[in-house]
Amino acid sequence: MIRLDAITRVFRMGDQEVRALDRISLDIAAGEYVSIMGPSGSGKSTLLNVIGLLDRPDGGHYTLDGIDVTTLSEPEQAQVRRTRIGFVFQSFHLVPRLTAAGNIELPLMLEGMAAAERRERVEATLKAFDLTDRAHHRPAELSGGQRQRVAIARATILHPAVILADEPTGNLDHRIGGEVVALLENLHQRGTTLIVVTHDRELGARARRHIGMRDGAIVADET
Amino acid sequence: MKLADTLSLSLHSLASARTRSLLIVLAMALGVGAVVVLTALGEGARRYVVGQFASLGTNLVIVLPGRAETAGGFPGAALGQTPRDLTLGDAQAVGQLPGVRRYAPLNVGTAELSSGGRLREVTVLGSNAELLPIRHMALAQGRFVGSAAQIVLGDAIAQDFFPDGRAIGQRVRLGDRRFRVAGVLTTQGESMGFNTDEIVIIPVDDAQALFNTETLFRILVEARSRSVIEPVKAAITELLKQRHDGEEDVTVITQDAVLETFDRILRALTLGVAGIAAISLAVAGILVMNVMLVAVAQRTAEIGLLKAIGAPAATIRQLFLAEALWLSLAGAALGFLLGHAGSWMIRLAYPVLPAWPPAWASVAGVATALLTGIVASLLPAARAARLDPVRALSGK
Repeated sequence: MIRLDAITRVFRMGDQEVRALDRISLDIAAGEYVSIMGPSGSGKSTLLNVIGLLDRPDGGHYTLDGIDVTTLSEPEQAQVRRTRIGFVFQSFHLVPRLTAAGNIELPLMLEGMAAAERRERVEATLKAFDLTDRAHHRPAELSGGQRQRVAIARATILHPAVILADEPTGNLDHRIGGEVVALLENLHQRGTTLIVVTHDRELGARARRHIGMRDGAIVADET
Repeated sequence: MKLADTLSLSLHSLASARTRSLLIVLAMALGVGAVVVLTALGEGARRYVVGQFASLGTNLVIVLPGRAETAGGFPGAALGQTPRDLTLGDAQAVGQLPGVRRYAPLNVGTAELSSGGRLREVTVLGSNAELLPIRHMALAQGRFVGSAAQIVLGDAIAQDFFPDGRAIGQRVRLGDRRFRVAGVLTTQGESMGFNTDEIVIIPVDDAQALFNTETLFRILVEARSRSVIEPVKAAITELLKQRHDGEEDVTVITQDAVLETFDRILRALTLGVAGIAAISLAVAGILVMNVMLVAVAQRTAEIGLLKAIGAPAATIRQLFLAEALWLSLAGAALGFLLGHAGSWMIRLAYPVLPAWPPAWASVAGVATALLTGIVASLLPAARAARLDPVRALSGK
């Protein structure tokens, strides 16, 4: 489903060039559960951003579902992000002035869905994520675990094929983190491809496939 | 994203930055309000002046004896000739011209008015009954047909001499002649430096006898319509030239020429002050741009998130443009109300000044506000749309 072919991403810092991704080639099949681990600056977040179409590689090809997405136009890439990819971030990234329901509704709005249908979908999703009684709370009024649940609900409301999670438990304590992981794994069990970037060995070990990175290259790929 | 959603989401963003939004709306409103109020003032001044001229008579053509334009004076002066006087005969002949609705010969002088032991010096107009409609004067009481020994009193004089209000039919003495009061003018106050409340009107024959003269001070002519003013003017000049043995020794003036000049000057003035007020709108526009740039900087992470969940650059741009649209719309609406309230207060404070804001000024003020707001937000909106999502998500 995801095929990276000699993907290179170079950042320039002053007159220095940093190869965040150095000719990475990688295949991830539909429904896989992959963890990407490595020290800070190893390129794992950059890899996730490239897979999520947030970052354009400087070289190589990336095909998603058989389509070379590196050649897509900006609106086409946005369309792919909206419908095929769900992001979960360490810092949740909820819009502070919107309620939980408002945040979850955002992707549906961007998709141009009618208000009545949106309301139905949001209600069902809130229920599925056990957030119904928190629907009208703003992020500031929610606990960390609830915020991440809202973020995951938002990422999955359009049923993406891939969920990209960047340190999803990084800002949560152990118990709450465990709940969030369970939630993500539950989505994976229902067929969603799950890619998790983490420092946390315990979390990384839960995945079926472990990719290790260092200095912009893949140094381990074990199942 | 649907337009309605774009509008509601942007309104939501503005509502969360209430103070900032209100301040911009206020700045916009003051700009629009200033345009409306200042043009109302200019327009009020224009209407006031035009009204003053109109009170002198509409489609008015005035005939004066003598040439008033050449520096060398009357052309015949060197030959020892003097300009011929205007006579009643001239006036009657002018009255027969096609295009003339009515005419009034005019003599002016002063004389002592006395009645019941009271005595006072008054300005005397000698004319016919047509003087009243030509000069837009009306009688509060009585009737003036211009028959001999009739006199019409100005409002102030009538009150002075007959405080009980029963002036009609009373006998008065003007100079060495007796008159019977036929009418009292409605009060008009001063117009163009001439107070109709302080005059008396008598038939022109009586005036000529009173002042012992054969000549006229003026002939007032009302043309049938605005479009025939120029032909009438030319016909009068030609007619009087014939009657005066080929000598062009009268001056014919129309108030239209004067009025048009005033009209033009005041319109230009109104446009000028509107332009000055519009500068404040430009300032408001810069304010909008500044505040929107701050908003983009503050909401960088949010913009990154929107991109991550699939908002294309165009949607981000539209969201910020919609915010500017709301701000300018609210500012324009509030400014419109402020402007009209301000104009109303001016009319209240200065009732003589018809300070009604012209429709074009309201439309232009509102349109300029909208346009300024949108134009000022183009740059911030483009900047937001261009943000790199990865950097934006990290708040950089």
